[in-house]
This record gives sequence, C-alpha cells and structure tokens, in this order.
Amino acid sequence: MGKAAEIDIVSVSKIYGATIAVDTISLKIPAGTYCCLLGPSGCGKTSTLRMIAGHETISSGDIRLGSKVVTDFPPAKRGTAMMFQSYALFPHLDLIENVGFSLKMKGVDKEERRAKAFAMLKLMQMDAYATRRPAQLSGGQQQRVALARALITDPEALLLDEPLSALDPFLKIRMRAELKKLQTSLGITFVHVTHSQEEAMALADLIVVMNDGKIEQAAHPRVVFERPATAFVARFMGDHNIISGRVTGSSLGRVMFEVPGGLSFSAPGSPEVGAPIDIGIRTDRVRIGEAPAPGLGFSGIVGNIEYRGSSVKLSVTGAGIDDFTVIVSDQAFFEKPVAVGGAIPLAWDIDDAVILGRLDS
Amino acid sequence: MKTKAMAAIAAEETVLGTETGIAPGKTKRRRAHRVSALASYIQATPLAVILGLFLLLPILTIGMVSFWDYDSVRIYPDFVTFNYTETLGSWVTWKTYLNTLKFTAIVWFLTMVIGFWVAYFLAFHIRSATMQMILFLVCTVPFLTSNIIRMISWVPFLGRNGLINSSLIELGIVPKPLEFLLFSEFAVVLAMVHLYTLFMVTPIFNTLMRIDRSLIEAARDAGASGFQVLTNVIIPLAKPGIAIGSIFVVTLVMGDFITARFMSGGQSASVGLMMANQISLLQYPAAAANAVILLIVVLLIVAAILRVVDIRKEL
Repeated sequence: MGKAAEIDIVSVSKIYGATIAVDTISLKIPAGTYCCLLGPSGCGKTSTLRMIAGHETISSGDIRLGSKVVTDFPPAKRGTAMMFQSYALFPHLDLIENVGFSLKMKGVDKEERRAKAFAMLKLMQMDAYATRRPAQLSGGQQQRVALARALITDPEALLLDEPLSALDPFLKIRMRAELKKLQTSLGITFVHVTHSQEEAMALADLIVVMNDGKIEQAAHPRVVFERPATAFVARFMGDHNIISGRVTGSSLGRVMFEVPGGLSFSAPGSPEVGAPIDIGIRTDRVRIGEAPAPGLGFSGIVGNIEYRGSSVKLSVTGAGIDDFTVIVSDQAFFEKPVAVGGAIPLAWDIDDAVILGRLDS
Repeated sequence: MKTKAMAAIAAEETVLGTETGIAPGKTKRRRAHRVSALASYIQATPLAVILGLFLLLPILTIGMVSFWDYDSVRIYPDFVTFNYTETLGSWVTWKTYLNTLKFTAIVWFLTMVIGFWVAYFLAFHIRSATMQMILFLVCTVPFLTSNIIRMISWVPFLGRNGLINSSLIELGIVPKPLEFLLFSEFAVVLAMVHLYTLFMVTPIFNTLMRIDRSLIEAARDAGASGFQVLTNVIIPLAKPGIAIGSIFVVTLVMGDFITARFMSGGQSASVGLMMANQISLLQYPAAAANAVILLIVVLLIVAAILRVVDIRKEL
C-alpha cells in the first residue's frame, strides 16, 4: 500500500437517453487527496464516481488514473476499489470469505487467501468476527468489513459512495474520523460522494461541489466556505446570506447595486453596470449596528429568534430581502436584546461581501 | 455485545416485574395477556380447521384404510399389515419406484436447468419492470388450459404421422418416422418438463429479483468474470428458490400418474399409475398402503432438500 494515483477527469459526460447526468466535467484530483464530491441528489456526483470506478460507461471524455487512461477498462483493472452505499457485502459468505473474495476471483489458493483476509480484518479490528455473516453485524461493523474488502485489492484510489448515509448520527461522526485516519495512514486517494456539507468539510482536502451535472466549485474546504464561487455553492454550504440585485455603478474598486426592494448595497469588485449580481455574506460576519459606510447594511424586522447556547440566530426581513440570517454571539445579543417584530440595523464589513459568480457567464 | 444488551433488558424486565408484583396492576396485566393469547388462537383457527379438514383428516383416513382388509367386492375394517408386506415384498413395486425416481431425477434436472435460465434471463436481461411482468405472464399462459389438454396437444406434434416426423421425412433427414417420439419414456419426460418447468421458474425468479444488484457490481469490482459472478454470487443466493422449485417438481412428478400413462401409451409405470390401477380394481387398502409409502418417500426427499438448503428466509 502507499502508492496513490492522481485521478484526471477530462471533459467527461454521462448521458442517459435524453437526460444529461454529467455535463462535460473536468477535474484533477491530486494523488493522496481526500476528495469529496458534494451536491444535492441527482447532481451527477454518484454517476461521476461510478464512471471513475468503471461501473458506468463514459459517454464522452476520458478518465486517467496515474499514468494510464482507464476509460475502457473493466472495474477490477483500474486500480480502484469501490465501497458501495449499502456496503454490498455478500450475505451468503462469512467475513473472511467476503474480504478474500477478490483474491478468490484471482485464483489465490485458500490458505493464503484466508490468511490475507484475516490480516486485513485484523487491521480493521474485525478479526473477532471473522466467521460471522454480514447480517450479524451492526452498521459500523459492516462498514469496516466493506472497507477491508475494498482495501485488500491494494487500490491506488478508494471510491466511497455515500459511505456514512446508512449509519446513525453518532456512529456517523465516529466512522468519519476513522475514514480520515485511514486515508492519512494509507496515503491513497479517496473519492467520497456525499450530500452532507458538514461531512465534506470535516473530511476533505478537496471539495467538489456539483449541481445539475456540472462542477460549481472545486477547492479546499476553506476556500469553498469563505469564497464560494457561485450562489449555489453559498446556499448549499449554508451559513451564507445571498443578496441578488442589479449593478448601478462602480468606483474605486467597489460596485454599487440595487435590489428589487429599493435598498442598495456595495461590494468589492467591478462588474459592468446593469449586469445582475449576487453577493454572499456569512451569517456570523453580520453584526447588529449601524453600517460603517453606505451599502454595508440595512434595517429589517426580526421574524424569528433562536437561542443556540453560545450564539443566537435571528431571521430578519428587509425591503426586498427576505430571510436574512444573522448569527450573533449570546453575549452581543443579550447586551442589547431585541424581540420578534422589532426593527434592528444590521451591518458588515466590505471584505465580508463576496461577489458570487454565475456558471453560464 | 448482543448478549449483554439482552441481559440488560432481562434485568430491566425483572425489575419491572417485581414492581408490578406489588402494584394492583398485575392481575389486570395478566388478564390482558390471557386475552391476547386467546385472540391469537382465534386468529389461527380458520386455517387450522381448513388444514385439519382437508389435509390431516384425509391423510389419517388413508393411513387407517391402509391397515384394512379387502376382497374383490368390499373393504373390511381391520388391522392387518399384509397391505404393506405385499407391496414392499413385490419386485414390481420396487421397479416401479425406481422408474418413478428415474423420471423424477431426469425431470428435476431438466426443469432446474431450463427454469434457472428462463428466470435468469427474466431477472437480469430484461431491463424494464413492465417487460419482465409481461414475459412472466407469457410463461404462465399455458396454465390457462388444463394439464390434459396440454398433454394431448403433443400427440399431433410427436405422433407417427405428426408434424415433426412428416417434416423430417419431407426434408429427407430420416427415411421412416421416428418411433421414440410419442408413447415412450422420452415423451413422458418431455411432457413433464413442459408441465412443470414453470414451478421452477417462479421461485427462482423470485429469489433472483431479490438479489441486490450492487452485490453483482461489488463482485465485478473485485475482479469476478461473468461466470464467476454466476457461480460465486448468483447461484448461491438463488439456492432457496431452486430448493422450493425442486420441492414442487419432485412432489408433482412423484405423484404423477396421468402423464406417465398417457404419454407412454401404457408402456411405462409410475407409482401413481400403480395406485390408480389398484383403485380401479377396488383394492383401496393396497392403494392406501402404497400412498403412505409414497408419502414417506416424498417427505424424505423434501427433508433431504431442506437439509441441503435453508429456505426459511424465503418464506
């Protein structure tokens, strides 16, 4: 183990009849990266993973793994191993036989196969259950066996299709940590499909946000969160407010724009006048108070207040802006508490207003 | 871990038990328990009555009659064992049983092979669920006519001057009609395979449809070839269906008499046929003894099948 492969996806498409599941995406996943494909259901992330694995034919484009183009290779010849969503353990085989399945297919003799499978189970701390059937295991245990079965082929890249979705919330967090630890110790490339942004943020070195068969943004989690490329990314990652409007003018590297309700805002950047514009503002960067400069705040009516312990979440509605979320620290809130229905001024700094791009422009 | 959890639950229950032991709610709970137990007996009654009346009672009657005496006119209530000693002591019985077992083995093997492939084709090669349903119904269409009619329809096809023979002669492939086609053991096996293959297709199709498709992908991911997927994943998982189909086919063929009589033209014997002959000679006790022996043999075969394959998860 230890050899990791770079995965290079070159304008790959997947077309089912009339629907385009994956629309000419290109992506480079460096060797040894923990990459999360993130997006809502039906965004093409699973199709992408299955194309890398070889369980789905590629309609057009190429996939390179390390130095070889694997586009037309069968799954087992690619040097990838896949872990399926429901783990897909063979119900009629015990754990040793499950883990040693690929060795059996290769014709490795029984003694050697069982020894290797047992060693792999031991690595996953499942050796005590070696003679059990999958149905006798809990979800977390099944996942470990599925991992053992995938890793025994000594893959260059491990592909995981929503590996944590079948687990309860508590186990999810524990297995998440185990996955990360495993990836670090093996050093191979992991590609992990998920629809949970929290999971992706916790695990990934590279988050690939997908929507409608296209990649919206592929970057380090911090970049994705702090500089979301598009309004979709900002919305999907959560904890962002989005204000949409039309550019009215720009000066000194600042753009002014107006929302349909008549309020006007400013942000750093210089798009052309008249163009539509979206900006994102992190909910925890908004404060209660007067704007330091025009266009960096507005006054609104508090629609809802949620106390969350260390912070308080306010939902504010302004002219042309509905459901603007503000998260303030409990200290800041209880110094000057407001009630539902009260009017409050909101403000933020110029650098916290991020202009969001549009995919088609 | 499981046992620990169970122990914990058990401990909790005993705690609850001692608590309710003091509380006046105990008798109430016990009464509720008794009522619910009664309710489940009542729910089981209709099926028990039907099975008792239409399955258990006739079998007991047959068992009883098998010990009775008879002459050529009537039967006499008695307790004699010569029905059994006569049946088991006769060379004809053994030959007939062997013949029936031979038919059973051949028909079982053929229906299993054909049935598995039909089911496999339906389950894995037909993509749309509608098409699967339509083709499955097509398989059952022959069942809209009676056994006898389906058997008779082979006659003009296989006969001396039937379709096959006349075609073969006209094409110059054979100089004179093939005699083995009709009224032969070949014809018996052919008709039985035709009649009973669906009993294999249905349960096997059912198990194949329940195989998680991702298991096949997982096998492919592990480098299995198409044939390896079949032998390592699909066939082992289809075993319960194959076992259920085998039970159907074995019991049907073992008890068959009309196909054997009709398609062999009376040249081949089966246990069922032997019994039918005894009945037509009014030797009811002898036929009953034969039936009991047949029942035991069939049950032994079924038990053997169940020993090999665990079908519980299918039921």
